Amino acid sequence: MKRVVITGAGTINALGHSVPATLEAMREGRCGIGELEFRDVDRLAIRIGGQVRGFEAEGRFNRQQMSLYDRFTQFTLTAAEEAIEQSGLEFHGDLSAKAGVVLGNSGGGMQTLDENYRSVYEDGKNRVHPFVVPKLMNNAAAGHVSMQFNLKGPSFTVSTACASSNHAMAQAFQMVRSGMSPVMITGGSESMLCFGGVKAWEGLRVMSKDACRPFSANRNGMVQGEGAGIFVFEEYEHARARGAEILCEVIGFAMSSDAADIVMPSKQGAARAISGALQDARINASEVGYINAHGTGTAANDKTECAAVADVFGPHADSLMISSTKSMHGHLIGGTGAVELLACIMALRDGVIAPTIGYEDPDPECALDVVPNEAREAKVDVALSNAFAFGGLNAVLALRKV
Amino acid sequence: MSTQDKVIAILAEQAVLEPSDVTLDSTLEDLGIDSLGLVESIFAIEEEFDVSIPFNANEPENSDFNISNVAAIVEGIDKLILKKA
Repeated sequence: MKRVVITGAGTINALGHSVPATLEAMREGRCGIGELEFRDVDRLAIRIGGQVRGFEAEGRFNRQQMSLYDRFTQFTLTAAEEAIEQSGLEFHGDLSAKAGVVLGNSGGGMQTLDENYRSVYEDGKNRVHPFVVPKLMNNAAAGHVSMQFNLKGPSFTVSTACASSNHAMAQAFQMVRSGMSPVMITGGSESMLCFGGVKAWEGLRVMSKDACRPFSANRNGMVQGEGAGIFVFEEYEHARARGAEILCEVIGFAMSSDAADIVMPSKQGAARAISGALQDARINASEVGYINAHGTGTAANDKTECAAVADVFGPHADSLMISSTKSMHGHLIGGTGAVELLACIMALRDGVIAPTIGYEDPDPECALDVVPNEAREAKVDVALSNAFAFGGLNAVLALRKV
Repeated sequence: MSTQDKVIAILAEQAVLEPSDVTLDSTLEDLGIDSLGLVESIFAIEEEFDVSIPFNANEPENSDFNISNVAAIVEGIDKLILKKA
């Protein structure tokens, strides 16, 4: 089996339009959540979100591209450019033939859906733009990344709701680890902050009207975000041979299914994914210093997740740190694991643990060190990233400092 | 149909029971209505009475809408209907 390292990272989200900007915001515990701004927002009961602001797609993409790129594709390409530029890789010949892109995404081109449904149903128009289908399909972003960077190997999109990105990155990891490809581009994106996207979530009555406060006793729900996180997963010797900067190593993963309930999380399912990742990475539980939690800020997730962590780690659960950065950038649904992986990289490479902001009251059911409100300096050798999706589909990644 | 009859009909349908099996002091738990069933029932009630029910599944006890039993739900809806008028 090959070793797999990360040699490039890119992002755009409510905290920043690049990895350095995002990590700076996480270090400072800044909140990217605010009043939503889009058409018909006054008809929503939930009016906050982690919206990407100041992103001028028009200047970045030409007219032809704009007609093909939904906002989730725009985010993906922006983040992919940053990640691949950092890696220093160019894809020609053999490398191009083998390298591919596996992305996570849940809603597809929701902005495109929203605009065009509005046009035909509300405005009564009988004609839509010819590119609606290629613009809204879930795999549009993966397709455009493959085209822009000449990636001719295996490419596809994984859709497992809130675990999409973790499932996608686990796939890319497996492909590099098995020797199938020396380089895979992976991560995920989402852009659901439009009238229909938020209205649908509102119906479930799990959204907060004021803030995302994971693990806090007074938490009252999740807050949506948007954006993308993209990474270059590269075979270790390949990266070393070309003198690439290594951000961290991916050492294992596990996936599990609760097989229980379509929305309620299961402690057992989560625990099996966490312990499975430790086994796959061949590490002891005591080596884990930081967990980037799924930490949605709902009553059900946070207590279930803490119970699962306590089960897997035993007494060590009290000495590790676990934080939810969703408190800052919101829940990016299909893109969330990708943006959250950045907090793991920051912990391993920079020794800075991103905080759980908005933390006000301790909850006895979430009695772990959640790094409340302020970032912390700490040396961490191994970090995990949790994702537990609706459908009961879980994916956990394990990473190590290099 | 009175508010009470309509609410009982909605909850009975959700619980797959006969309306006669639903009494005013039945709790949602008695009826076997879980959290998803509750959210669906609230939606059905909102549609039936054209009201908005302030209910957040994360903090049912802090919501302004009492769901402790059928009588409390009926009372809450009557208040919302009055408010609307």
